[in-house]
Amino acid sequence: MKVGLFIPCYVDQFYPGAAIATMQLLEKLGVEVVYPKNQTCCGQPMANSGFEHLTGGCNSLFITNFSEFDYIVAPSGSCVLHIREHLHDDANPQLASEVASKVYELTSFLVDVLKVKDLSARFPHRVGMHQSCHGQRGLHLSQMSELVAPEFSKPGYLLNMVKDIELIPLSRVDECCGFGGTFCVAEEAVSVKMGKDRVADHLQHGAEYITGVDMSCLMHMEGILHRQQSKVKVIHIAEILNGQAEL
Amino acid sequence: MMMKTEAEHAELAQDFNKDEERVNWHDETLWWLRQKRDRIAHQIPEWEQLRETASTIKGNVLSNLSAYLTQFEEKAIANGVTVHWAADGAEHNNIVLEILKSHGVTRMVKSKSMLTEECHLNEFLEQQGLEVIDSDLGERIVQLAKEAPSHIVLPCIHKKKEEIGELFHQYLGTPEGNADPQFLTETARQHLREVFLTRKAALTGVNFAIAETGEFVVCTNEGNADMGAHLADVHIASMGIEKIIPERKHLGVFLRLLTRSATGQPITTYSSHFMKPNPGKEMHIVIVDNGRSVQLGRADFRNSLKCIRCGACMNTCPVYRRSGGHSYHTAIAGPIGSILAPNLDMKEYADLPFASTLCGSCSNVCPVKIDIHTQLYKWRQMIVQNGYTTTTKKTGMKIMNTVLSSPGAYRLGGKAGRAVLKYAPFMVNNKLNPWYKQRDMPNPPKESFGEWYSKNKGEGKDKA
Repeated sequence: MKVGLFIPCYVDQFYPGAAIATMQLLEKLGVEVVYPKNQTCCGQPMANSGFEHLTGGCNSLFITNFSEFDYIVAPSGSCVLHIREHLHDDANPQLASEVASKVYELTSFLVDVLKVKDLSARFPHRVGMHQSCHGQRGLHLSQMSELVAPEFSKPGYLLNMVKDIELIPLSRVDECCGFGGTFCVAEEAVSVKMGKDRVADHLQHGAEYITGVDMSCLMHMEGILHRQQSKVKVIHIAEILNGQAEL
Repeated sequence: MMMKTEAEHAELAQDFNKDEERVNWHDETLWWLRQKRDRIAHQIPEWEQLRETASTIKGNVLSNLSAYLTQFEEKAIANGVTVHWAADGAEHNNIVLEILKSHGVTRMVKSKSMLTEECHLNEFLEQQGLEVIDSDLGERIVQLAKEAPSHIVLPCIHKKKEEIGELFHQYLGTPEGNADPQFLTETARQHLREVFLTRKAALTGVNFAIAETGEFVVCTNEGNADMGAHLADVHIASMGIEKIIPERKHLGVFLRLLTRSATGQPITTYSSHFMKPNPGKEMHIVIVDNGRSVQLGRADFRNSLKCIRCGACMNTCPVYRRSGGHSYHTAIAGPIGSILAPNLDMKEYADLPFASTLCGSCSNVCPVKIDIHTQLYKWRQMIVQNGYTTTTKKTGMKIMNTVLSSPGAYRLGGKAGRAVLKYAPFMVNNKLNPWYKQRDMPNPPKESFGEWYSKNKGEGKDKA
């Protein structure tokens, strides 16, 4: 199985550790991983700002970079959702939809495709799991609190395989952190307030780490934690599951 | 001008956030309702099926709207009701004025009608020298405060009881400093009783209009709509064209959903059916379009007309809870308002579809399964393509697109960005950067993943 590693632009630039962990984790699980080096961005920042019509360049680049792989895996729910829902190519719509259907967020790839049953990872800390909205409500990585439907959580299932980890409960299990792409600067006041409230929920329940499938939400909450001079850290779920995180 | 429009929600939200304690209280009050809604929904195993059924019924209505409206009109006329058609808000207001004038009425009591807020009926009638008193307690409070409702179900949810006490002291003569909710409610009750007994005309909204029978149903908790309508000689009911449901039996689906979604109650205290005028009295129904048929013609947005005005999307919206209803500067606030308002005036409400993180919680609580967050995304595209965006944003997006479409430019840009963060943090860590105002920037790593990969992984060892 040959997997193309799709690393969101801000992870590439600011959080290489999450990308390295994703790659190492997949390799440990016996997958051949290739990182096409000409990748840039999925185009979501423009599309969510109302400029989807400008994303043709990003789309063709994505298709060129990734069409050869059996699967495409990214450590992000948000970017994957964008590709799944919006990747298109007027010249070759068939190819675009084939590529889009091969894109997986990391935890759903581990659970649904690789069907991982155990992991050799240890993380002896109190960890709060942040449900990123696009992964949860868009890709259905976990059940949504609004629906009357059975509980499940793919990231939770995987985290429970990690030795000595203590997952803390939250008062609001799946409220948005307020990152929202360009929302975080366009609606600065509300974005920050949402972030502060989300962080406070984790702090009140004694989290030492906040984890999640999307580094973007975590970056926003990290910015708030740093400003509050909190010792609590954010960590991408791949780094916990890979078992190489600094303990 | 266009700059101002685009930033309006953000600015109003920023004002609201100056008082963090108030934001916390507003957020927690509405979150409490969301939790009540969750608890009661979970008591109904077939909840999701019920939502699907309601959505399907409304889908049928929207596809056959003209037939159902005609049927409703025929039945209503046969019941002895006078039916009026209004193409827009101005026509609606004039129809109401004419009815009042023809009866020599100068003072009217009104209960719970978001449509009349949409049409600005109160202002219009006041300009014509008529007096309107809102009889719903929350609406009366905002009316006394000379404000608009900030929530479609809880019009004065932005006001604390102390502020209501002050208003009542000023207008209804209660003792200064008394903010006891029970005392204030009793005061309002006495004040409104006089209004009910002396008004000859009453206007109510309509929650459901049944095509099969020509009757309409008004749902309230306070019963004020009933008091007004039953005591007055003339009852005017204003309804949007989308309020139709085909048959009486469909009402069961909607009544089960409406109040569970709105406030977590099993049903409204009063679900009153109005079919025909009492002997010697008159009943009028004003059926209003006001942009709805335009919205019906927009394939991407027509489902917004399924809305039954429960307000669940507001209660769950993490942005609404922290920005307040007035930040949406339109009659219907929150997520649903943000997909309805641009249909009425795309320029004026160009900011609203951007007042969201697209988290999707609104679509999940919606009892008629409107894909609200998808429509917010689509309105964004529509607004930009129609030119209602700033030049700054347009230029920024074009530059971003150029960089992201070219791997070389991206790598260079990324390096430059990290260098700026690392060696000259003051360049970005300043007040001009909204991120930095209340958040720190991430620590720049020494190399990007792409660079690390080139160094550490065989065949990629070429120069990035």
